[in-house]
Amino acid sequence: MIAYLIRRLLYAVPILVGVNLLTFALFFVVNTPDDMARIQLGIKRVTPDAIHNWKVAHGYDKPLFYNPGESGAQFFTDTIFFEKSVPMFRFEFGRSDDGRDIAQEIESRAGPSLEIALPVFVIGMMANVSFALMMAFFRATLVDVWGVVLCVAAMSISSLFYIIGGQFLVAKLWHWVPISGFEAGTSSLKFVILPVVIGVASGLGSGARWYRTIFLEEVGKDYVRTAKAKGISEVRVFFHHVLRNGLIPILTGAVVIIPSLFMGSLIMESFFGIPGLGSYTLDAINSQDFAIVRSMVFIGSVLYIIGLMLTDISYTLADPRIRLQ
Amino acid sequence: MVVILWTDGLVFLLLGLILAFAAFASRRPHLSLPWRRVGRSKSGMISAVILLCLISIGLLDSCHFRTQIAIDKGKPIYSVEVLSAFDALVKTMRDHTERTYSSPFSAYAFSRETVVSDGVQSRVYPRLRYGGANLADPDKERIPDILKRSLVAALEGIGTWALLGGILVISLSRGKGFIGAASTVLRGKTEIPWHAMLGTLLVIFLIAFPAFALSSHYHVFGTDKVGQDVFYLALKSIRTGLVIGTLTTLVMLPFAIFLGIMAGYLGGWLDDVIQYLYTMLNSIPAVLLIAASVLMMQVYIDAHPALFETMAERADLRLLFLCMILGMTSWTGLCRLLRGEALKLREMEYILAAQAFGVSRLRIVTRHILPNVMHIVLISVVMEFSSLVLAEAVLSYVGVGVDPSMISFGTMINSARLEMAREPMVWWPLAAAFVFMFAMVLSANLFADAVRDAFDPRTRVASRRILPEKDEA
Repeated sequence: MIAYLIRRLLYAVPILVGVNLLTFALFFVVNTPDDMARIQLGIKRVTPDAIHNWKVAHGYDKPLFYNPGESGAQFFTDTIFFEKSVPMFRFEFGRSDDGRDIAQEIESRAGPSLEIALPVFVIGMMANVSFALMMAFFRATLVDVWGVVLCVAAMSISSLFYIIGGQFLVAKLWHWVPISGFEAGTSSLKFVILPVVIGVASGLGSGARWYRTIFLEEVGKDYVRTAKAKGISEVRVFFHHVLRNGLIPILTGAVVIIPSLFMGSLIMESFFGIPGLGSYTLDAINSQDFAIVRSMVFIGSVLYIIGLMLTDISYTLADPRIRLQ
Repeated sequence: MVVILWTDGLVFLLLGLILAFAAFASRRPHLSLPWRRVGRSKSGMISAVILLCLISIGLLDSCHFRTQIAIDKGKPIYSVEVLSAFDALVKTMRDHTERTYSSPFSAYAFSRETVVSDGVQSRVYPRLRYGGANLADPDKERIPDILKRSLVAALEGIGTWALLGGILVISLSRGKGFIGAASTVLRGKTEIPWHAMLGTLLVIFLIAFPAFALSSHYHVFGTDKVGQDVFYLALKSIRTGLVIGTLTTLVMLPFAIFLGIMAGYLGGWLDDVIQYLYTMLNSIPAVLLIAASVLMMQVYIDAHPALFETMAERADLRLLFLCMILGMTSWTGLCRLLRGEALKLREMEYILAAQAFGVSRLRIVTRHILPNVMHIVLISVVMEFSSLVLAEAVLSYVGVGVDPSMISFGTMINSARLEMAREPMVWWPLAAAFVFMFAMVLSANLFADAVRDAFDPRTRVASRRILPEKDEA
């Protein structure tokens, strides 16, 4: 298994290089650094000098991929691509366009993001599984039919509506919690609770419906019939055999998003004014701060790859028949 | 002058393809059989009726033109404003712009204004320019007037519905006589649930006719901050939603099908390259990839303003790019599915037999593999539609969606989200956007379910799941 994981790690390198090349192409080839300087300085009446100064200040005054003025290793290293992407592999993200240290920002913002994303993930998972279990247990009855109808209706509502509606009802009309904001420490609970509830509620429809199909698939399998034939009660078969076996695909499928939880949710954080990574990224998108967006893309893909590896490991843990080679 | 925007062209191309396929399939029982199964599903057909109504609005809204405003030395000059056939149809709604907010069916503005009459200043709620302008005393006459107008329109709606229903019954009654056919339809004894569809149509007519009739004298959903009729905005948003939902998949389909089948059927290094490609694209968080691409496109558009003759053309090109970008990020899922299916089919006996007979690879792919993966393609296309419509709203909120000048559910929500904090609250733009979006997405979801149930061979077993969730280990 160790050998397998090492191979997976090595396989991740070309993917990350590819991600870097792609984002680099998006950010620098489609639009030259001159265009970016013009956007940052304002479109109109920009002198060539100002553009040049901006480029020097942000390190964009070099050739893109190769430097014909240099020789040897410098031919490739003294370029924007090398200087901007290689440090990322050492997790050095440099400074944002407004001059702040990106790594430090990420460090201070990951906590609040996790405080929202982790409960949403855990509670949401439990809620989805319980709802799906109920529908699967009462399959082909009115409970099941109306449960599915509710799920389809719930997943047809825009997530923005859950947020706006929840914020309006709970915070504005009933004054139970503050509308938005964040505080560190134990007092953060009152700020966190509404986003978590809304996050769980907005995912319930699609999640529960999908898990229901997984449970129904298990119910149709041979071992269930065998267990019933042995005279085990319906309830015991369901909660002992079906639940356990159904949870394997659910859990292993969910593992992949665990690492990316700390990226937070773009929309939720900006609506509730939570100083997490999601709102950080959103602000960067709105102010067209490319350095931050690029760093977040890189971190996001690293986390995804870690998630894939964790999924593989969780397969072996959940199902001893699977061996990684 | 007729203007064919890029998305218009593609929408009509798609329509043509669908019609051509329908004509092709109707002669071939093996192709039309699953569609008949869709036709038997009650929820599927009800949602299809709603979708058809929305699609016809969208199609009307896709016939664009520019009006001629003057002739200069024999050369006509066209206005820079691009209108659509739908705009011409609801001209009153479009032209009836107030100064600012007004609530639904109101005859007065939403906020007080200082009015000087006879040299005396007073703070009053002024009358609207168009909303209820026909009334002398809105306090007394408004509600009777609304009721009277909607009743008349509802009767017209029922008349139109009865006419359509009559035509349907006549076309269904093959020698059975009108009464007999009508009673079969109404009792729901037909193969296709016509009674459910007719019922849906009646409900739609009973809502739509009065709404349209009232819209020429009132603002059915009120007006927004700059005084535009919200009902008009919501109707215009339908086209944007439909375009995003359909063109995105149209753009991604060739990639997904071609690469997926190549990877699965040919295998070898090609398989490795394609797998690498989609793992790489998958590993970037979708929102960030979309945001980055849209930002870049925006910079490009800003840097080359001379390319676009009118604002609508610019907004339209941005919409098309958005579709392409969304397609780029969403083809990977389908590609992986198709690769898996092609891998499986490659080992099937009939493919081996074809190979043994010396049938060329190209012919095996087009003749044997492609038709056998089409159900997967179709299911994922219809399933994708609703999530794309929802995604558009979120992206527009983030600021990387459609052009701000383009009317869409996302831009409506985005400009209305701060209004909830106003006191008293302005709720109608949000409500209108959400109601229309909900109707569209819900019917798309229900229709997608009916299609999946009919096409997926596995649904007749206990399983209802078609998409394996994550990467194979």
